[in-house]
Amino acid sequence: MSDDQQSQSRRRLIKSLVFVPMGAGAAAALHQGLPNANASATAPAEGKPNPYTPKFFNAKEWKFVIAAVDRLIPHDEHGPGAVELGVPEFLDRHMQSPYASGSIWYMQGPFLEATSEFGYQGKLPLKDIIRVGIANVDAHCVKTFSSKAFADLDLRMQEAVLKDLEGGKIKLADISSKQFFADFLAETRAGYFSDPSHGGNKDMGAWKMIGYPGMRGDYLEWVKIRDKPYPLGPVDLAGRRG
Amino acid sequence: MAIVKEKKDAVIVGAGWVGAIMAKELTDAGLNVVILERGPDRDTQTDFAYPRVIDELEGSVHRKYLQSLAQETVTIRHNLSTVAVPKRRMGSFKPGTGVGGAGSHWSGVHFRALPEDLNLRSTMEQRYGKKIMPAGMSIQDFPVTFEELEPHFSHFEYVCGTSGKAGVLNGKVVEGGNPFEGSRSREYPLGPNPDYLGGEMFYKAAREMGYHPFPIPASNTSASYVNPYGCQMGPCNFCGFCSDYGCLNYSKASPNINIFPVLRGRKNFEMRTLAQVLKVNLTADGKMATGVNYLDAGGQECEQPADIVILGAFSLYNVHLMLISKIGPAYDPVTRTGTVGRNYSYQNLNRVSLFFDKNVHANQFMGIGGGGTAFDDLNGNRNDPTKSGFVGGGVIWARQPGGGPVRGIATAPGVPNWGSDWKKGAKDAMRHSFYYEVQGSCMAYDDAYLDLDPNYKDAFGRPLLRMTFDWHDNEIAASAYLVDKAQEMCKVLNPLATKGDAKKPGTHYNINQYQSTHTVGGAIMGADPKTSALNKYLQSWDVPNVFAPGANAFPQNNGYNPTGMVGALAYWCAKAIREQYIKNPGPLVQA
Ligand SMILES: Cc1cc2nc3c(=O)[nH]c(=O)nc-3n(C[C@H](O)[C@H](O)[C@H](O)COP(=O)(O)OP(=O)(O)OC[C@H]3O[C@@H](n4cnc5c(N)ncnc54)[C@H](O)[C@@H]3O)c2cc1C
Repeated sequence: MSDDQQSQSRRRLIKSLVFVPMGAGAAAALHQGLPNANASATAPAEGKPNPYTPKFFNAKEWKFVIAAVDRLIPHDEHGPGAVELGVPEFLDRHMQSPYASGSIWYMQGPFLEATSEFGYQGKLPLKDIIRVGIANVDAHCVKTFSSKAFADLDLRMQEAVLKDLEGGKIKLADISSKQFFADFLAETRAGYFSDPSHGGNKDMGAWKMIGYPGMRGDYLEWVKIRDKPYPLGPVDLAGRRG
Repeated sequence: MAIVKEKKDAVIVGAGWVGAIMAKELTDAGLNVVILERGPDRDTQTDFAYPRVIDELEGSVHRKYLQSLAQETVTIRHNLSTVAVPKRRMGSFKPGTGVGGAGSHWSGVHFRALPEDLNLRSTMEQRYGKKIMPAGMSIQDFPVTFEELEPHFSHFEYVCGTSGKAGVLNGKVVEGGNPFEGSRSREYPLGPNPDYLGGEMFYKAAREMGYHPFPIPASNTSASYVNPYGCQMGPCNFCGFCSDYGCLNYSKASPNINIFPVLRGRKNFEMRTLAQVLKVNLTADGKMATGVNYLDAGGQECEQPADIVILGAFSLYNVHLMLISKIGPAYDPVTRTGTVGRNYSYQNLNRVSLFFDKNVHANQFMGIGGGGTAFDDLNGNRNDPTKSGFVGGGVIWARQPGGGPVRGIATAPGVPNWGSDWKKGAKDAMRHSFYYEVQGSCMAYDDAYLDLDPNYKDAFGRPLLRMTFDWHDNEIAASAYLVDKAQEMCKVLNPLATKGDAKKPGTHYNINQYQSTHTVGGAIMGADPKTSALNKYLQSWDVPNVFAPGANAFPQNNGYNPTGMVGALAYWCAKAIREQYIKNPGPLVQA
């Protein structure tokens, strides 16, 4: 984040978002896009969809999720951030899917240690990797940073913690920090980029940012064009144009 | 007690390419045939309909059209002295399930083999002497020649509506195709697809380097087409959803589009889905198969008696079924005896990405699974191991099967994995980068094999298949050599940056990242029953009414994708059954 001023004001906003029980105002801010929401954070916006109340994550986890995805994909001059595009909602919904319960993973023991070339060999399905990882990271932060949970750290510190998780430099109690980070990042990206019907990528904001036409599924006319950028905006699975 | 079903002339395990081809040929010959497929039924106009089929989260994260590993997977280890662990999440290879198998969500690159790929060992020995092969390399000749397979290669291309350009037609080199290919009896059924920018630039660079580029033969149609069975295909529109997805457009050849529509109405054909075959049943003396046992959709065990058993369950699972059913002696890597599990091999795939500035409109989201440009100047007989330092060869190509952001955006070197700089990097890469690939052969070795795992079981209580495989020095040398050539070629194009992934000494096989589903060997065809599980006609040496015409039959892997060869072998096997076996059941080759 280049603009410290802006990030501080957004941070206050995220705080209000998670401290207030998930009421209409907070979530409306989430839908509106945080950076511009400013003072209106408590006033429900008209004509906006119902606020999203997390069903999988509890209040503490939700705070972590919002803070962490905001660091992984921040709002900046390149385009929208993960929070304003609804990635927390995606994550909450995705954690309740059969996939997150390990429906397509081989989950039987024995659970043996193996080098990284053999991938994840633990016994937790995705939803528990995420849940246990969040609790472990928060516990690590509370212990290391005078009783502050991850979401209560300032942005630079949050980034430093995420970097250390990514590099496997933090030893978590129950799970490899690298594994948790890799899965959390993959989920965050999936929420940011997948079709809006899954809860994230609101208004196809992420697709517009990268110039992805979404689900158009027909480029025969464009294969031979060399001198112009592809001109059409995205279409989603519901047939909406972005 | 298993429910005993009415006896059939032939039972086929699996509804992929092999299953479909064998069912077509054997019902043509008047046999009563049943296919048992573990997954659900699938058809374009229900399951692959636009737009639902191209949901990236479902296709590439939930892997909706792929096999779920919850029921069965494989265990893997690098060498004989370590304990294998399961492949718990889908990674380096992605087997399919459901009608069409991996043949419904493949890409469509449709190569034949090179003539010299089929007698690799004797070619090597004749040209360079026996010493050219490192100790432990156990490559063998196929017991069948290019000339014998040519009509079947050709027929399969016509069934698939393959788009390409002949390079050698009836012995004559023709302009525009691959001058190094084996001689064809006729042109491809369709001309090449239009090429995207990366393919065009590859063509230019390859020419500049003195190579001989040609359009990759693609079973993604360049025009409207009706195949010899009367199945209609539409022109590919570059939607970018081939690999991992069913084709929404009737453009990518699949058993679903190109063969099953004819079979579905036949009185002597039955397709039973959600039918998981557990084992092949043998007579008490183990010398003949009596049929198979399977679990039906309700979980009830059934017995399907049949005179002929065809294994079309994909290379790995064919070997698994043979080991579980004790069809042929299991391979022992210490004594190097036994045949089933022997010569397991893979593909040596490496990628180089090229990053350009904003004036280069690569548009990664457009895609065609099999299209693009390749050259064979370092493949087959053109590779001289005394100069390159490795046995085998490889094809270098530009391919753009279609990229979406959930499938991943490869960013330029130095770009972090998250944060603002990542966003910028992803934005730059999505429309202004493309990649070239080196797809190398993979030799076979005494210590690379398949057997049954002693520790892990599948959901049906059977031991999992265990894979013992790692990269050998020969393949690491090949990777370094070929990626280096690809890099040299990239330089001609002057990109802002490139990112390459040549294997280095000490690189181990990594099961996490997708490489290719070109797993081959394990129940190989050969001339000698001591060193091969199948004879020349893909028939088990040990149980002559069992046939296993999948990529399991390859004694080692050549530089190409396997399916053109798999299809040709299936037609070759079917011809032997129709013309020889039915009249006179028994071994088609005397041991
Ligand atoms: C993403 C992807 C891209 C690919 N791209 C290419 C490419 O571009 N070019 C190329 O040449 N090859 C490609 N391949 C490989 C190609 O798909 C295979 O070579 C080909 O499908 C093999 O045909 P098959 O009939 O042997 O097996 P499959 O097509 O896999 O069919 C096997 C069937 O058997 C069923 N089965 C398995 N076990 C049982 C059981 N116990 N009981 C009942 N049914 C069972 C499976 O469910 C499946 O439907 C690709 C593969 C993948 C996954």
